[in-house]
Amino acid sequence: MKQARAITITGGRLVLPDGLRDGGLRIADGLITAVGDVSPEDGDVVIGARGALIAPGLVDYGVFAIDKPAFHFGGITRAALMPDQSPPLDLPSRVSYVAKSGKPDFWVHPIAAATRGLEGAELAELALMREAGARGIATGRGWIADSGVMLRLLRYAAMLDRPLVSHAEDAGLVGAAVATAGEIATRLGLPSAPAEAEALAIGRDVMLAGLAGARVHFRQVTTRAGLDLVRVAKQNGVAVTAGVTPAHIHLSDLASVGFRSFMRLSPPLRVEDDRQAVLEAIADGTIDVIASGHDPRGPEDKRLPFADAAPGMAGAETLLPMTLALVRDGVIDMARAFDLVAGAPARLLDVDAGQLREGWQGDVVLVDPERPWIVDSGQMAASAGNTPFDGQPVQGRALRLFKGGVEIAC
Amino acid sequence: MTSAPETQGSDRFPAGGAAFPHRDLIAISQLERHEILYLLHEAQQWIGWNRQASKHSELLSGLTIINAFFENSTRTLLSFEIAGKRLGADVVNMHAAQSSVKKGETLIDTAITLNAMRADAIVIRHASSGATQLIADKVDCPVLNAGDGSHEHPTQALLDALALREALAARGEAAEDFTGMTVVICGDILHSRVARSNLLCLQALGAIVRLCAPPALMPAGVEAMGAQVFHDFDAALDGADVVMMLRLQSERMSGQFIPSAREYHHLYGLTTKRLGLARADALVMHPGPMNRGVEIDSEVADMLDRSIITRQVEMGVAVRMASLDILTRPARGVEGWSR
Repeated sequence: MKQARAITITGGRLVLPDGLRDGGLRIADGLITAVGDVSPEDGDVVIGARGALIAPGLVDYGVFAIDKPAFHFGGITRAALMPDQSPPLDLPSRVSYVAKSGKPDFWVHPIAAATRGLEGAELAELALMREAGARGIATGRGWIADSGVMLRLLRYAAMLDRPLVSHAEDAGLVGAAVATAGEIATRLGLPSAPAEAEALAIGRDVMLAGLAGARVHFRQVTTRAGLDLVRVAKQNGVAVTAGVTPAHIHLSDLASVGFRSFMRLSPPLRVEDDRQAVLEAIADGTIDVIASGHDPRGPEDKRLPFADAAPGMAGAETLLPMTLALVRDGVIDMARAFDLVAGAPARLLDVDAGQLREGWQGDVVLVDPERPWIVDSGQMAASAGNTPFDGQPVQGRALRLFKGGVEIAC
Repeated sequence: MTSAPETQGSDRFPAGGAAFPHRDLIAISQLERHEILYLLHEAQQWIGWNRQASKHSELLSGLTIINAFFENSTRTLLSFEIAGKRLGADVVNMHAAQSSVKKGETLIDTAITLNAMRADAIVIRHASSGATQLIADKVDCPVLNAGDGSHEHPTQALLDALALREALAARGEAAEDFTGMTVVICGDILHSRVARSNLLCLQALGAIVRLCAPPALMPAGVEAMGAQVFHDFDAALDGADVVMMLRLQSERMSGQFIPSAREYHHLYGLTTKRLGLARADALVMHPGPMNRGVEIDSEVADMLDRSIITRQVEMGVAVRMASLDILTRPARGVEGWSR
């Protein structure tokens, strides 16, 4: 799907890295050709933004399923797909297939499985998978328990100049836990593990990453102790980045009272103090990325007792409003919000998207940051309605979406 | 044969259904103190009834009660079955193999199936915390929790409270609640639904609760629930009025929590000598089944004047009769109980 006619969007508020600016932009041949005070050229399709935000299409770093309607609803134009697929993305052929699977209206950036079968033992063919289009390397949902394997992996990732995406939970400490140890887990009688399982994993991986000279990205950092370690590692010059999903920004373990399996997540919801630490880390830049963790799960996985249910949430539709809530709450400004959901993840992927820049991809979303709507698990664009925000009123909605200059329904 | 107990009405409690405004009995955490007292008051009336030669009532005649046990049980199942039958209900027991309900939709499907069979009350035991609530949300009749995972076992806590109240009354210390008393609960607190329900119930009735276990078997955050935490059993026993022993739930343990049963007994076994650290008239309780020689010595378990373990079992039937009676009142059209 090539862009047939150039388009000029006028009369909006551009979301640029240094702030908001009234203006518009022009996209031709799939690329942004002008940003700012633009005037349409002959033959352009002209679109009036009517004061809406003109923002880069969201780049969702770390999802588990490609669910185009949900991503488009959420203003997302690209996603980094985790290797936890069936079968896992541990072969070049699978990576190559997945890399093409979303085009043209949605781009999937595969993340290669670090180890064969994601079993944490033997290295997968990481260089061949990079050739096939893998934009990162990930341990998957699991932690690599063997520190020797992890060091070799980080050294290899450093050689390939790809970040290693690590799941920060010490598996031995976590065991079969489905909740964070504390009053709520105890009241509910749920198997639980100390929140420190996260910091233990981060501590080790940061140390090994420093040793290997590798880049490491923790897809979800959800505890005060874990965030403190990331903060210090950044100060010490380790190439570490951190992400989080809206669930751990807006919910604490209190939400699991009532055993609602939509609250069954990995890592589990944390105590309120950890949630506050996440907000602080978003404000001070310790957290680089907010991603949806999109993982739609049907009733077979979720209509079960809490501990028996599969973890995961359908998050693509709520990524934008839940991030914009941080702007309304004064935690961050609009430019930073879009850096968290577009700019920073695009830099991690090393793609020319995620910012409104001349010469970059024409992935653009028009957003009404105030528009109210109610999250309804029964009426989601996603292939399943397992949202922890079910029933919650939110604000912020994608109005129009362009991928490479071509408009897509959203 | 005396006539059936007057099963409702007391000016000490709100009239009619306001005394117990719940469709289900899922957790002590959902009950107010006066609702617990009401249930105990109702249960108390069945104690004498159960001691007669002829103990059959027709109160629930025509109703169907299904005991759906997804986890093995002997005494609780039997107790619920006897309670239902004494009240004249048709009682059906369903033993579901745990393996078949772990997968897919089966648990919900089972619930829907039971519902379609027009049960008038369903009693559930399940290995997963929250499973009873999940089923209750899908059916139209009252649901009673007979133990869900490590969450709650409300009828156990209620029968423990009733047994304790009766034992105190029998020695001339009759009181409505346990204000000022100190109860030690010792054993595998981490995996115990009995400990959770009892902590909440005893506290609601005014008792100070001490929980005692090795650190690996003590759940996080119980201090926030108002419990006093001990790892030294001797210290926990000091001045206690009641000692409730729990068994090690090996079937729920993944990994090793204690080095050996022998060592556990050395540190946490209730012996006659240890019991001497508690108050001279301290009562001994155990929800069963007991592992004699591990958490409790036979000598202690069988002490006639101190152990109320068999009284607990007896009270179980009365509490379950009262629970079934109360929860089925709206369906039976008892005046003041319509929903």
